[in-house]
Amino acid sequence: MSAAAALGEDLATYNFAYLDEQTKRMIRRAILKAIAIPGYQVPFASREMPMPYGWGTGGVQVTASIIGPQDVLKVIDQGADDTTNAVSIRAFFQKVASVAVTTKTREATIIQTRHRIPEEKLQAGQVLVYQVPIPEPLRFLEPRETETRKMHALEEYGLMHVKLYEDIARHGHIATTYAYPVLVAGRYVMDPSPTPKFDNPKMDMSDALQLFGAGREKRIYAIPPHTRVVSLDFEDHPFEIQTFDEPCALCGAEGVYLDEVILDDRGGRMFVCSDTDHCEDRRAAGHRGRLSPDEAYAGHGQVQEDTGR
Amino acid sequence: MMRLQEMPLLSVEGLSRYYGERVGCRDVSFEVYPGEVLAIVGESGSGKTTLLNCISTRLEPSTGSVSYRMRDGAMRDLYRMSEAERRLLMRTDWGFVHQNPADGLRMTVSAGANVGERLMAVGERHYGRIRDTATHWLSRVEIAEDRIDDQPRAFSGGMRQRLQIARNLVTGPRLVFMDEPTGGLDVSVQARLLDLLRGLVNDLGLAAIVVTHDLAVARLLSHRMIVMKDGRVVEEGLTDRVLDDPQAPYTQLLVSSILQV
Ligand SMILES: Nc1ncnc2c1ncn2[C@@H]1O[C@H](COP(=O)(O)OP(=O)(O)OP(=O)(O)O)[C@@H](O)[C@H]1O
Ligand SMILES: [Mg+2]
Ligand SMILES: [Zn+2]
Repeated sequence: MSAAAALGEDLATYNFAYLDEQTKRMIRRAILKAIAIPGYQVPFASREMPMPYGWGTGGVQVTASIIGPQDVLKVIDQGADDTTNAVSIRAFFQKVASVAVTTKTREATIIQTRHRIPEEKLQAGQVLVYQVPIPEPLRFLEPRETETRKMHALEEYGLMHVKLYEDIARHGHIATTYAYPVLVAGRYVMDPSPTPKFDNPKMDMSDALQLFGAGREKRIYAIPPHTRVVSLDFEDHPFEIQTFDEPCALCGAEGVYLDEVILDDRGGRMFVCSDTDHCEDRRAAGHRGRLSPDEAYAGHGQVQEDTGR
Repeated sequence: MMRLQEMPLLSVEGLSRYYGERVGCRDVSFEVYPGEVLAIVGESGSGKTTLLNCISTRLEPSTGSVSYRMRDGAMRDLYRMSEAERRLLMRTDWGFVHQNPADGLRMTVSAGANVGERLMAVGERHYGRIRDTATHWLSRVEIAEDRIDDQPRAFSGGMRQRLQIARNLVTGPRLVFMDEPTGGLDVSVQARLLDLLRGLVNDLGLAAIVVTHDLAVARLLSHRMIVMKDGRVVEEGLTDRVLDDPQAPYTQLLVSSILQV
């Protein structure tokens, strides 16, 4: 009740974390079931949220159902804490749950994400909440929901390899680079949401709990801590993650996922950590990259302007 | 002791299927032996498709039973199996060739993947081997190797039908169901496909149940046939005997009307 009292006038009528307690209990039951059956898509009665579906209402509902006043929330979109989507979701929870927020991966108890898993290894006790647009990995080749459910129930996953076969036939290698299908705990094939396949190995045997929420499609699924997550492949075309030719231009990190940043309209560009917190952390610790400004500390936006000058 | 070859592969007993009040097929019983091709003939609406779908577990019968001899020799009631077992049977030991190839193919994936799908479904995880096997089967159905990466959308009707056949045969099934396999094709294309089918069935020692309203197809492909009218079997026997010396008045009519054409 004290949390509710702290809300602003306009949200005073809302319950803690926006959803009413009955809805949260319903979603928590779905989450518990999802944890009990790793990789299995549990239907739930998705609610209208005060934001459009494309904005991750599934993830928001999962977060709203598990968050408590003591939690520290981090929200990332494509690895960055400062994009519109991440900023609004963070602001939303500050408003409706008055929780502490952070951009530091290691300080967060709940991390809601779209399209990335943080570079820093997640810890026991942390929860990673994914925003999922399309939860069904078989839909690409089998649009009928009745049929895909049956395929999951009977472990008929040949179709997933048909998709990978097509990739190789067309491109000479498995060209799927994001939403790369995985087998969870040796049983259910799962879509890891549109994260780059670079992040797939981080899902395997993670110390953290991973929850996936699809709002429009009304599905929740989960990977409990210490669960085997294997990326599908062929014996003669084994799964491989993306590699990058150069280190991060700002912090010099190697073996991390990089985004291309356009510097000017003359074709100038650089590759920088997609995980902004990781990059800033490294720079704060004194690491430098090829295009590091002289300042000890700067965000991507500033750097772009500096180098453009 | 009887050898497996001498025991029925499939046994249908007292099978009926009603659509509400309407009869789809009624009290049908017959057996099919390993390597035998059985034709089901009859006019439109006589219940051929209903019967075929009931024995291939695509449609639940109202009454009666269908048993199948598994590879271990045991006779199993198909409708007492779990759905998982049934579906495994359908994509390994059986084939189903639809009249319309679009119903039996994945039109938006390549010919190679269409043929390879069943292999991947039973756990093949080596791309090179899948491709080699697909190439082999494409050539067996007379599709040029360099079409392996084309989608069936780019194939003619006859090619699509041949691709559908290859897709079904890749796991070495023992029984193939076909519903009007030459139905939508030009006469010349039909003849070529029939030729190919006859060769494959012979070479592979396949048992097949072929639904057709075309007695010429039955004559060319089948060893034995059953004639249906209004959902019932009116005559059954060796194909040559039924066509040359029909016993039932209805069959006599059917045969004579065909001969007049
Ligand atoms: N889904 C259905 N619902 C109701 N009646 C059906 C259905 N399918 C078939 N029937 C009826 O069952 C009878 C047998 O139909 P079926 O399709 O098995 O005949 P067929 O011999 O395959 O005919 P055709 O040669 O035209 O394909 C017909 O009277 C038909 O109208
Ligand atoms: Mg029919
Ligand atoms: Zn960096």
